[in-house]
Amino acid sequence: MKVLVTAKRVVDYNVKIRVKADHTGVETANVKMSVNPFDEIAIEEAVRLKEKGAATEIIVVSAGPAAASEQIRTALAMGADRGILVQHDGVLEPLVVAKLLAAIIAKEAPGLVILGKQAIDDDMNATGQMLAGLLGWAQGTFASKIEMKGETAVVTREVDGGLETVEVKLPAIITTDLRLNEPRYASLPNIMKARKKTIDTMTPADLGVDPTPRLTVLKVEEPPTRKAGVKVGSVQELVEKLRGEAKVI
Amino acid sequence: MSILIVADHDGTGLSQPSRSAVAALAGLGPIHLLLTGANAAAAAPAAAAVSGVEAVLVAEDAATAVPAVEAVAAMVVGMAGNYSHIAAPASAAGKNLMPRVAALLDVQQISEVAGVIDADTFVRPIYAGNALATVKTSDAKKVLTIRAASFDAAPATGGAARIETIAASGASPLSTFLGSEGVKSERPDLTSARIVVSGGRALGSSENFHLIDALADTLGAAVGASRAAVDSGYAPNDHQVGQTGKIVAPELYIAVGISGAIQHLAGMKDSKFIVAINKDEEAPIFQVADYGLVGDLFALVPELTAALAKP
Ligand SMILES: Cc1cc2nc3c(=O)[nH]c(=O)nc-3n(C[C@H](O)[C@H](O)[C@H](O)COP(=O)(O)OP(=O)(O)OC[C@H]3O[C@@H](n4cnc5c(N)ncnc54)[C@H](O)[C@@H]3O)c2cc1C
Repeated sequence: MKVLVTAKRVVDYNVKIRVKADHTGVETANVKMSVNPFDEIAIEEAVRLKEKGAATEIIVVSAGPAAASEQIRTALAMGADRGILVQHDGVLEPLVVAKLLAAIIAKEAPGLVILGKQAIDDDMNATGQMLAGLLGWAQGTFASKIEMKGETAVVTREVDGGLETVEVKLPAIITTDLRLNEPRYASLPNIMKARKKTIDTMTPADLGVDPTPRLTVLKVEEPPTRKAGVKVGSVQELVEKLRGEAKVI
Repeated sequence: MSILIVADHDGTGLSQPSRSAVAALAGLGPIHLLLTGANAAAAAPAAAAVSGVEAVLVAEDAATAVPAVEAVAAMVVGMAGNYSHIAAPASAAGKNLMPRVAALLDVQQISEVAGVIDADTFVRPIYAGNALATVKTSDAKKVLTIRAASFDAAPATGGAARIETIAASGASPLSTFLGSEGVKSERPDLTSARIVVSGGRALGSSENFHLIDALADTLGAAVGASRAAVDSGYAPNDHQVGQTGKIVAPELYIAVGISGAIQHLAGMKDSKFIVAINKDEEAPIFQVADYGLVGDLFALVPELTAALAKP
């Protein structure tokens, strides 16, 4: 079974982002870029499936600028077999990415697709569900455990009240939550090996997809900042402040 | 045209985040609620009483508490012709369902709406809430999820909506719900509690985490946790507050042994008052705290619990 995974290029989670002075967006020049952490979890899960013999080949896809090939290389170093870069410089909304992935899936026919539940830049939490809709496939979102059962997969999902278990018919779309696994660091030999793996480059037009965004960003602003309050010296002082000043208890 | 909200219910009434979604969109048109799953009919009268609701559509499915999302999405798409906006609270269920609906309608969803400017223009947080984007959509139909913490809930009473029964979405050949596990707690719900007490990695074990529970119970508060506390197994996954967990905005948020990573702040920095207890006076959590208490939580938390127990 082929497994397809994604590797979105995003601003690293440790970077404190800055809103551009002209309010058109967020500064992304000269900041550290990484694989979206939830996609890393997806890649790790695919590699584990291959190590267990449940997957035969792992294809990693990234849609973004030419530099997104760095994120594909990271995935290849973790253990993915080959990469596909859909090169496009402008904004790619989840609906467009879902259409790009659907076109690739039509050619590659994977038995399972694993994506991060959300990208930590636009925080949309949408691409996986959209892809499942476009393909008419089952979806197992926010997964903290995946058990392959031949024709189906049993997915444990993180939901508001705890955990839910759903059995999805394969091929299916699964999106990852934080507790699914802990992604490995690529070893030096594997980073070297990854350099020899192939990355095919194509464009949205090659896949017959119009990348025009539906949303126009009118402005991007800093949220109102909270100012630090006071340090209290004792529990008693804290209780007095909460009762007398804040009046919240 | 009207607005359809796919609401969450517990078999007796609407979830508070669903009422926040009603409040968020009430200015754009008459609101219809869709209730699905087991006991939807039992929740309908309370839903119909929510202020601002015109109709409650009940797609009761006695067979399952959690109907297949693939079937629910198909049902919602079938109803879409009547509506200008289709929305859900940004709950786990709403986040699972709405993007599938959006894709089937060829619409780019707008997730986690935190402000409504007009019928086409919405404000949403990006980059863990470190920026707020105002976006205008060119899609004729709007598909939205609503961030409950950004809107006061519509009052639970005052409405007199009509209740209509419609066909359930039924089973799907694609997926089967097998079960759920979760501790039914007597404590208030995390996303709607007036007070939240959260514990972090510093608690060190699930036994020690009871210090947080005891403080919360003294205050009648909900219990939350940082990702580190959840990953370490001190608290269940549904307690995680943050960018990728629950977004809360209570009147009082008490962060105990939590450093204040951006991802955690994303879930609680809109709280009215923030208290931080941390032994590191440089911890970033103090930059957002109204009241900071520097010291060892293992001494301070029991002391605080005892002090609050006294009137
Ligand atoms: C993709 C992604 C998503 C994430 N999503 C979330 C999210 O939704 N929510 C979230 O919370 N995090 C999230 N994180 C994780 C986040 O980056 C931090 O790692 C996490 O919040 C740290 O948890 P913590 O504050 O409990 O632990 P730490 O950062 O280890 O902080 C522990 C704190 O306890 C203090 N302390 C230690 N001992 C004591 C004591 N005896 N008394 C008092 N204080 C003490 C220390 O001074 C320290 O400040 C995410 C990370 C990534 C990469």
